[in-house]
Amino acid sequence: MAIGIVSYGAYVPRYRIKIEEIARLWGDNAEALKNGLMVYEKSVPDIDEDAATIAVEAARHAMARSGVDPGRIGAVYTGSESHPYAVKPTSTIVAQAIRATPHMTAADFEFACKAGTAAVQACMGLVGSGMVDLGMAIGADVSQGAPSDALEYTAAAGGVACLIGRKESELAAIIEDTYSFTTDTPDFWRREGMPYPEHGGRFTGEPGYFKHVTNGAKGLMEKLGTKPEDYDYAVFHQPNGKFPSKAAKTLGFTKAQITPGLVVPKIGNTYSGSCLMGIAATLDQAKPGDRIFATAFGSGAGSDAFSITVTDRIEEIRNRAPTVSELIKDPIYIDYARYARHKGKIRLA
Amino acid sequence: MSSVPRFWRNLGSRYNLEGTRCKECGEHFYPPRNVCVNCRREGEIEPYTFTGTGEIVTYTLIHTAAEGFENQSPYTLAIIQLDEGPRLTSQVVGEPEKMHIGMRVRPVFRKLGEDGERGMIYYGTKFVPADA
Repeated sequence: MAIGIVSYGAYVPRYRIKIEEIARLWGDNAEALKNGLMVYEKSVPDIDEDAATIAVEAARHAMARSGVDPGRIGAVYTGSESHPYAVKPTSTIVAQAIRATPHMTAADFEFACKAGTAAVQACMGLVGSGMVDLGMAIGADVSQGAPSDALEYTAAAGGVACLIGRKESELAAIIEDTYSFTTDTPDFWRREGMPYPEHGGRFTGEPGYFKHVTNGAKGLMEKLGTKPEDYDYAVFHQPNGKFPSKAAKTLGFTKAQITPGLVVPKIGNTYSGSCLMGIAATLDQAKPGDRIFATAFGSGAGSDAFSITVTDRIEEIRNRAPTVSELIKDPIYIDYARYARHKGKIRLA
Repeated sequence: MSSVPRFWRNLGSRYNLEGTRCKECGEHFYPPRNVCVNCRREGEIEPYTFTGTGEIVTYTLIHTAAEGFENQSPYTLAIIQLDEGPRLTSQVVGEPEKMHIGMRVRPVFRKLGEDGERGMIYYGTKFVPADA
């Protein structure tokens, strides 16, 4: 029995701030940052957008693409590290907004940047076991970076929803298998009630990102007996442009394989939406029969790797909702003052 | 907007523009009506979900914001005529200088407001220019 992606939908807020503008405020060298991070601008949510509204927009795009009856959805899981409520699920808001309620289960996920793919895996399990017909897995974030912190240059906003199912005629892409690599690694965290996360600086690279991404990717390829050259495309979690490029090279993937899914230079790190955004951008242009290799990473730390094969159905559904490139064209650039206002960094009396 | 039950009762209308329609005369209602204003007891009301596309009938730019909206000013408040007929008042998200009477709009899901830092967050439908 095949399990896979029935439909997908993305959402990216319209506003952008350029690296130069953030660097101007803090007296940093913008050129050095852009070259080092391979990020040139990042998305900024509107004043009235949060992880829930982004999750809803992405899920609605996925529903528009699928054309399925929302009543068939048996589970809605939203992964985020910026859920608007500490207690009260984002997923119930999403489920109500896509009219999937009430005969279904829902819960919120958190695993830094890989909460979205963790939700995909949970839906694969429920769908594969026959417990539910369809499952909606979402990764959405309005991520936070403290003023002047390195994260402020990349912490962005966006989300992607994947409708997971098992009816072969409905699948736009088959997920052949998934594999995870997880350890307790304190590379990044945010304590309850704190507005901004803390990170281990350089520690986040080797022991965090690279160890987990490469082991997760190798683990899945060993399990399936595949090699990098068996895939047409590859997507790796993109906290910046440099990390996924380096991970791809280490593993033996080419620049051509990762380029279609590498959206971080234009929108920044959308956290729980990051790897899924790369998968969505790749699905936007993949042809039937193409194979996609994807590995998400979440600090804390773990990776989820996926091997995906695109089916004929992709051509049918692709244009029923905006593609990632359509979503990110025509941005509105804002200055740091307006960015601070949008992000709630200015407190009114 | 400080009543949790009042908001919860209208979730369907706020999230998905759920209204009603009279099968007899074809008139659409938003917010939903249980009795047709034209046909009275001869009318037959059924649920109807609006597509959400429509146009700006008139609008105003709010500079002196109501409590809880201070962070959003200036913002556009408009009377929107949905394509099926009913008119409603809503915020239109976007650059104020681009707003104009007759502008086509489409719905988006946004935060409508919140009861301070401890209270509930109210979500629902706002509008954006149709080409945005």
